[in-house]
Amino acid sequence: MARKVEHDGAVVTGAGLAAYCPSCREALTMLDRESGEVVVHLRVRCGEESGDLFLAPSAEGGRRASTLEICEDDTVDDVLCPHCAASLVDGQRRCAACGGPRVRVLVAGVRQPRLSSFCVTGGNVNALAERPAAAEKPRASREARHRMPEQDAVLRARDFSEVTYGFDRELAMAEAARCLSCKKPKCIEGCPVNVDIPAFIAQVKEGDFVGAARTIKQKNALPAICGRVCPQDQQCEEVCLLAKKEGAVAIGALERFVADFERGTDAVTLPEPAPRTGRRVAIVGSGPAGLTLAADLVLLGHGVTVFEALHKPGGVLAYGIPEFRLPKDVVEAEIAYLRRLGVKFEVDAVVGRLFDLDDLFAEGYDAVYLATGAGLPIFLGLPGENLCNVVSANEYLTRVNLMKAYLFPDYDTPAPKGTRVAVLGGGNVAMDCARTALRMGSREVTVVYRRTREEMPARTEEIVHAEQEGVQFRYLTSPVRYIGDEQGWVRQLECVPMKLGQPDASGRPRPIPVTGASFLLDADMVLVAIGAGPNPTLFAGCAGLERGERGYIRTFTESGRTSLPRVWAGGDIVTGSATVILAMGAARNAARDIHAYLSDGATDWPGATAGAA
Amino acid sequence: MYTIVDRQELTKRDMISLTVEAPAIAKRIRPGQFVILRVNETGERLPLTVAYSDALAGTITIIFQVVGKSTALLASLPIGDAIRDLAGPLGAVMDFGHVGTVVGIGGGSGIAVLHHLLMGYKEAGNRLIGIIGAREKDLLILEDEMNRLCDRVIPTTDDGSYGMHGLVTDALKDLVEHGERLDLAVAVGPLVMMRAVCQMTKLYDLPTIVSLNPIMIDGTGMCGGCRCTVGGERKFACVDGPHFDGHKVDFDELMRRNATYGRDERLSLLSSVRRG
Repeated sequence: MARKVEHDGAVVTGAGLAAYCPSCREALTMLDRESGEVVVHLRVRCGEESGDLFLAPSAEGGRRASTLEICEDDTVDDVLCPHCAASLVDGQRRCAACGGPRVRVLVAGVRQPRLSSFCVTGGNVNALAERPAAAEKPRASREARHRMPEQDAVLRARDFSEVTYGFDRELAMAEAARCLSCKKPKCIEGCPVNVDIPAFIAQVKEGDFVGAARTIKQKNALPAICGRVCPQDQQCEEVCLLAKKEGAVAIGALERFVADFERGTDAVTLPEPAPRTGRRVAIVGSGPAGLTLAADLVLLGHGVTVFEALHKPGGVLAYGIPEFRLPKDVVEAEIAYLRRLGVKFEVDAVVGRLFDLDDLFAEGYDAVYLATGAGLPIFLGLPGENLCNVVSANEYLTRVNLMKAYLFPDYDTPAPKGTRVAVLGGGNVAMDCARTALRMGSREVTVVYRRTREEMPARTEEIVHAEQEGVQFRYLTSPVRYIGDEQGWVRQLECVPMKLGQPDASGRPRPIPVTGASFLLDADMVLVAIGAGPNPTLFAGCAGLERGERGYIRTFTESGRTSLPRVWAGGDIVTGSATVILAMGAARNAARDIHAYLSDGATDWPGATAGAA
Repeated sequence: MYTIVDRQELTKRDMISLTVEAPAIAKRIRPGQFVILRVNETGERLPLTVAYSDALAGTITIIFQVVGKSTALLASLPIGDAIRDLAGPLGAVMDFGHVGTVVGIGGGSGIAVLHHLLMGYKEAGNRLIGIIGAREKDLLILEDEMNRLCDRVIPTTDDGSYGMHGLVTDALKDLVEHGERLDLAVAVGPLVMMRAVCQMTKLYDLPTIVSLNPIMIDGTGMCGGCRCTVGGERKFACVDGPHFDGHKVDFDELMRRNATYGRDERLSLLSSVRRG
């Protein structure tokens, strides 16, 4: 019954259901051009011989083909991934019908990804027999929102590779086809940098992915990053007309797809640069705001230098957001693109220590943009906070992400470890900490948050991912004391339950402690992720710079003019901890104003008068 | 990249002095400030205090003892090689006032830091007395430089192989009991030494500055790993220090915190030995 198959006629399938190797995550499903069927490509070993095996799923049990003769009474010794040669045999179960080995693959597609096990010899591949939804005749715009395939939650919780695989061509085009192309699109307004979303989605629908990437890049220099980390559910996707019906168009996933697609081809071309203006701008801080401004101003013909205190540019994108959410090679590629545009980066350059504002102007910079972020970790000030293994989120994430402690000892920097980990806080940083701790080998990770899931500021996707991966949540709980052992290591967290009261200044219900009901939570590591403040080091180098109540830089125009002439500021150092895209939006506003200021040579400074008042 | 222009082995054991080209830092650094370096792409961010700087030559000199993988790696670099990253100057700029007589107490590689700090006090017109100690003669560093800088230098060794037989605290006690009028003590060395000095100077009511060396990553106030308790308040050694009023420092807490990665440090060293 076996037949020889030349598999060069097959292409990896995209749409709908697909199987992946649980080890290397390469696709195992292909489209057999000859038969038009989806086949699963595996490698089998019988004794000394090995060969390729192609299984075509169908409701009746499937058809098999192999370059190796396998008869009913042959023993299959091993089934391997053809890409990484990892064994796929399910050690736990054998086929109930034929007694043959069952194979475990990762099945992902329009549904939640899951591990699926099926029999090889009997050809029973019904796990893959469901027809992919995308292959059905789509009813225009009534189709449900497509999800990006994701790694299985159990597998990924121990692994730093990216959680979502991203759309492929077919899935992207199918998703783009859902867009209603509204006459008055609300999504553009929902985007802080006003990307022309319907235009790029229309290009995706046509299969013009590179064109779509260029459309986005007119407004957003960092689409691969924003596609991954923007809170789309609170911005462009929230206002999508489909949001309340079949689910908003997956704008973020599409943005990510086209950016990745463009990067993966040789199609990344540099825009036509404007003539050099001879003006120079110094940007202090290389996070999202700094990078966005750098891209905008360099395209307008200005000389741009970005100063970074750490040894690698990217700011929070490099030290804060974990690899599994934002791969560092994505960030590096975006920065390499800026370098190609002509942006200069100076690393190991600490403002307020190595140089200050006067030095920059003395060196001939015409304007300075301060975008140093909110880098000062906030602690709760509770008893026992200096016990060993009570660690700020900044420190933990910096060790793991920037210093690559997850590759210790190949990389020299270690990270603190705990079996039972408590994470204090409910924002994206808390989710990043919790999920990182799981991947670093912690057995139990609990997020301790004083309000409820409703009020948690983290992106919904991050909360869901954390839940799927096994992070526990203790809502309406607030720590009051860290308890340590004799050697000074943290062992427990004393907490009080909370209840929700009237809304406070932030509009969220104020948590009120329930007195007399405190309890202990075991924790041999506590990660403090309750927020960040303005780092005072910056201000040592900015004499006269006016600051607001909370210590952040005070700005006097929407574009971020500060009290000092020729000095603008934006991002978290103005607003306090916020999101990547808001920082980018601020930078975009500043770019327009800085360009106008440098172009008409105006010397008046409205901010200065306001500042003096 | 920061090129190494000079390298000296200061003792028979592993005390190394490296002079590195870093013109911008050399121009800006003040006594007592430190740098953070990263030897190569996989390396740690290693905070090291600067022993001298030469703004004209555009160089800084760091002195360190080989204690783990990163310092061993750094010690293995020959002249002409380069250090991948060097960030600084870090730490608060100290105010070196004129106080009268300053006694500087240094132990081990802390003598290098002490020397830099005392240069600041010298500039401010103070009279200087140096007490420098080590376990044995071969581990005592910078005696000539201290002799040039200070009005008087008292070397001590734990085993009596050179100078006064005893600890730096014994020398300090001697000094006070012989009626020397002291206005300020500056102590740099192992935590146990600084703690012992502070316990003693508290009895003499002698104000004491210490230089702390907690675990840190970025050195710019971002990670909070270097937090320590000074006078009951939380301070970040990298931006508020690293110099503090020694009488207010909670040394015991700092000792515990500094031991956090003991196991990992051994593992790191071991794995690099295995890989050759």
